Amino acid sequence: MILTALIFILVAGGLLSWMADRWHPGAAKWLALATVGVELVLAIWLWLQSASAMALPAHVGWLGEIRAEWIPRFGVSFHLAMDGISLILVVLTAFLGMVSVACSWTEIQERAGFFYFNLLWTLAGAVGVFLALDLFLFFFFWELMLVPMYFMIAIWGHEKRLYASIKFFIFVEGSGLLMLVAILALVFVHYRSTGVLTFDYFELLNTAMSPSTELWIMLGFFIAFAVKTPIVPFHSWLPDAHTEAPTAGSVILAGVLLKTGAYGLLRFVVPLFPEAAGYFAPVAMALGAAGVLYGAFLAFAQTDFKRLVAYTSVSHLGFVVLGIFAWNPWSLGGAVMQMIAHGISTGALFVIAGILQERTHTRDMRRFEGLWSVMPRLAAMGLFFAIAALGLPGMGNFVGEFLILMGLYRASSVLASVAAVAFVASVVYALALVQKTFHGENTHGWQLHDLSGREMATLYSMAAITLWLGLYPQPVLDAAPNTANSPPAIVVSQHQANME
Amino acid sequence: MNSIYPDLIALSPLILLAVSAVVVMLAAAFYRNPRPVIMLTLLGLILSFTSLFLPQSIASRQVTALLVLDHYALFFIGLIVVATFVVAVLCYRYFGGNESRHEALYILLLLAALGGGVLVASSHFASFLLGLELLSISLFALIAYPRFTERPLEAGIKYLILAGFSSGLLLFGMALVYAQLGTMQFAKIGTMLTAPDQALELYGLAGLALIVTGVGFKLALVPFHMWTPDVYEGAPAPITAFIATVSKGAMLALLLRYFLMAGAYQSHQITFALSLVAVTSILVGNLLALLQDNIKRILAYSSIAQLGYLLVGFLAFDPLAIEAVAYFLTAYFVTMLGAFGVVTVRSGGFNGGDNDGSGGVAERDSDRLADYAGLFWHRPWLAGVFTAMLLSLAGIPLTMGFIGKFYILAAGVEASLWIPVIALVIGSTIGLFYYLRIIAVMCAPGSQAITEPTMRPVASPSLVESVMLAALALLLIWLGVFPAQLIDVLEGTVVNLS
Repeated sequence: MILTALIFILVAGGLLSWMADRWHPGAAKWLALATVGVELVLAIWLWLQSASAMALPAHVGWLGEIRAEWIPRFGVSFHLAMDGISLILVVLTAFLGMVSVACSWTEIQERAGFFYFNLLWTLAGAVGVFLALDLFLFFFFWELMLVPMYFMIAIWGHEKRLYASIKFFIFVEGSGLLMLVAILALVFVHYRSTGVLTFDYFELLNTAMSPSTELWIMLGFFIAFAVKTPIVPFHSWLPDAHTEAPTAGSVILAGVLLKTGAYGLLRFVVPLFPEAAGYFAPVAMALGAAGVLYGAFLAFAQTDFKRLVAYTSVSHLGFVVLGIFAWNPWSLGGAVMQMIAHGISTGALFVIAGILQERTHTRDMRRFEGLWSVMPRLAAMGLFFAIAALGLPGMGNFVGEFLILMGLYRASSVLASVAAVAFVASVVYALALVQKTFHGENTHGWQLHDLSGREMATLYSMAAITLWLGLYPQPVLDAAPNTANSPPAIVVSQHQANME
Repeated sequence: MNSIYPDLIALSPLILLAVSAVVVMLAAAFYRNPRPVIMLTLLGLILSFTSLFLPQSIASRQVTALLVLDHYALFFIGLIVVATFVVAVLCYRYFGGNESRHEALYILLLLAALGGGVLVASSHFASFLLGLELLSISLFALIAYPRFTERPLEAGIKYLILAGFSSGLLLFGMALVYAQLGTMQFAKIGTMLTAPDQALELYGLAGLALIVTGVGFKLALVPFHMWTPDVYEGAPAPITAFIATVSKGAMLALLLRYFLMAGAYQSHQITFALSLVAVTSILVGNLLALLQDNIKRILAYSSIAQLGYLLVGFLAFDPLAIEAVAYFLTAYFVTMLGAFGVVTVRSGGFNGGDNDGSGGVAERDSDRLADYAGLFWHRPWLAGVFTAMLLSLAGIPLTMGFIGKFYILAAGVEASLWIPVIALVIGSTIGLFYYLRIIAVMCAPGSQAITEPTMRPVASPSLVESVMLAALALLLIWLGVFPAQLIDVLEGTVVNLS
C-alpha cells in the first residue's frame, strides 16, 4: 500500500499544483514542495524501518510488495516491490525532487503550474520504474516519465531547446520500443515453454531459452538501458538535453533519469539473462571503460558550464556500467554508491550552473573568471562539488569509484587500469572548471549577489550528504549487495569459479 | 413467417440506419429546418447502436448468403455508428449550424454508415461490392459537398476517379476468383481451399491480388496511397475524419474477415506481398509526413503509417491478431476523430453560403501548422486534447494508442514477423518527429503566435463540440489506463471468426 502511495502522492501532487496555479498564482511551488517533502519523509521513514533488517546477512531482500490484477488478458499485473536498491534510489529521487523544486523557485516564473506538474510526474514515473516488477508496468512507467521531461525541456529550456528535447525524446523512445519488442519476445518464449502468459519479473526469471535467443533479447534490453545510462555510442542525446534543460530538468535528468538506465541493467539485464550477460560482459565493460575516458576527455574540452558537467556524467556512469558488469559484491556496492553520489554531486553542480545562469544569463565559462571575489559562498560550493566529482577521498564518489575499481580488478585487471586513468583526467576537468569560473581577476566586472538562504540550504544539505556518503557509506552499502546475493547468484558463482 | 423474424432482429442495426436515412429525407422534404434533421439523424444512430444489443444473444446469425451478423460484425458496426455520430455532431456547426440548409449531408452520412455496416457484415462478394459502393458513392458527394469551393471539388473528383478505378480492379478480381472456384461465398471459398489438393491457381491468385490491390486503394496502403493527402487536405475536416475512420476501418475489417474465412492467408505469395506493403507503408508514410507543413496532410501520411502498423498485427492471422486489429482500430478511430475534431473546431467551416461562393465560405480549414502556434496558452484544453491525440498516435502510455501498439507488437512477435516488427519500431521512432513538431508548435510562446502574419480569426467551439472532444479524450485515457474492459469485449468478439 505504501508503495502505491509513493507513486500516487506525486501524481496527485502534480495535478493539484497544476490546478492550484489557476486559482492562486504562486501556490504551485508550495504545493510541489509539500508533495516532494511528504514523499521524502515517507521514503526516509521506510528506510529507517528497514535499515536494521537490511543489515542482517540472511536478509532475503524484499521489503514490501503489492500486486493487483491489471490486464488479465496478457497476465499483466500492477506489481510493485521494493528491495534495498529500489529504496535508496527512491530516497535519492525524493531528495533530488526537493532540490529541483527549490532551484526552480525563482527561475520558473511563467506557467509555473504546468512546470511543477511535469516535474512531479517525471518523478512519479521514475519512482514507478524503481518499484515496478512487472515488465509491462515497468515499460509503462519508463515511457511515462519521458513525456513530462520532454515538455520541461521544450517549454522552459534554453536556446536550442526544441532540438535538444526532440533528440532526447527520439533516442529514448526509439530504444524503448526495441525494449518493448524484447520484452514481448521474452514473454512469448516463456509462454511457449510453460504455457503461462505473464509479464511478472519473478516468473520470467530463469526462463529457458537457447543462447542465441537469449543474446538477442538481452541486446534489446541492453540498448534501451544503454541509451538512458548512457553508454558511449548511445550518449549523444545527453549533452544537448542536459545543457538545454532548465536547472530542475538537468538535476532530474542527471540525478534520476540516468539512474533508471543503470537500475535497468542491474535489475533486469543481468538477472533475466545471466548467461548472455556473462559472455556479453567483456563488451559491456569495454564500452563502460571507453565511456569513462571519453566523457572525461570531452568534459575537459567544453566551454559551456553545463555541457562540461554533462560530459562528466558520461564518465561517471561509465564507472557504474563497469561495476554492474563486473558483478561481484564490491563492484555492485560501488556501482550503487556511485549512482547515489553522482546524483548528489552532479545535481549540485547543475544547481550551481543554474544559479550562475539566472544571475549572468550565460553559461559560457570564458565569460566568467574571477567570481570568487564576487560570490565567495557560491565559489566555495563550486570548489567543493568539483573535487567531489573528481573523487577526492572523504566524499561519496571516491567510495563508489574505489569499490568499483576493486571489484573490477578481479574481473579484468586491464580494464581496471584503463578506468583508473580517468582519475587523472577527472582532476584536470574538475580543476579546469574551478579555475576558469572562479579563480583569476574579475575582468568582466561582474557585480552579482551571493547565495540566498534558500540556495545555501539546498547546496549545504547536498554537501552534507556527499560528506556523509564518503565518511559513513555503510547504510547505502547494506542496501546494495542484497541484489547480488538474491536471484542471480548464478553469475556470482560463475565469476568466483573463474577466479579460482 | 416465423423464420424471418430473427433475421430481422439480427439485421436491425442496419435496417434502422436505412430507415433513418429515409426518415431524415422525408422530414427535410416537409419541414426544412436543420435542427430536427440533425436530431433525427442522431436519434437514428442512437437507435441503431442500442439495437446492436438485441441480437447479441444469438451467437452468430447468417442472414441469407450475403450477410453474417456475428459478434465481430456487431462490434465493428457499433464502432462505425459511434464514429458517424461523432462526425455528425462535428458537422453541425461546421456546416453553418442553425442557418444551414444541409439536410443532404446527414442523409449521405447515414448512407455511408450503412455501407460501412454492410461491409463489415458481408460474407459474400455481392454484399461486399454493395456495401463498398454505398460507402464510396456517399463519400464522393460528401467530399465535394462545399461544391463552390475549389479544393473540396478537386478532392472529390480525385477520389471519384481512384475509387472507381479500384472498384473496377476489385470486381475483376472477384470475377477471377469466381472463375476458378465457382462460388462467391467467403466460407465456401475457404472450405474449398482447405481440401488437400486444392489451392489457388494462377486465375484465383491473380484475382486475390487484384482484390488486395482494390482494397489497398481504399486503405491507402503504400503503392496505392497517392490520393490520400490531397483528398484529406481538400475534404472538409469532419468528412476527412469520416474517411480516415469509417471508410478505412470497415474496409480493413472486411479484408480480415475475407482472409480468415476464405483462407486467403494460406497463399504465401499474398502474405509476402502484404508484409512488403506493410513495411513500405510504415516507412513511406512516416518519412513523407516529415516533409509536410499542413496538419491535415501530416495526419494523412500518419494514417498511412498507422494502417501499416495495423497490417503488422493483421499478418499474424490468429485470434490474437483479430483482437489486436480490433483494439488498434478502436484506438485509431478515437484518435483520428479527436484529431480531426480539433481541426474542425478550429476551422470556420462552410456556413451556408452555397450559392455565391464567397459569403461566409472559408477558403480552407485551419490546417496549417502556423494556425496552431501557441495554442497551448490561449486554448489550453483544446491543445491538451490535441496533444493527447497526437501522443496516442505516437503510442505513448496513458493513451489507447499505446495499448494498441502493444497489442500489434504482441501479435507480431508471437507470430515471429520480425521484419515488419522492426519496421514498426523504426517507423514509430521516425513518426515521433512530426508529432512532436506539432506539439512543439503548440507550446511555442504566445507572443510569437500573435505576431504570426497568417493568424486569422478562428472559430470557437460550440458546447456540444467541446463535450464531444472532451468525451473522446477521456475515453482515450480511460481505455489507455484500464484496457481490460475493452479487451473483455474483444475476446468475446473474435472467438468465432476462425
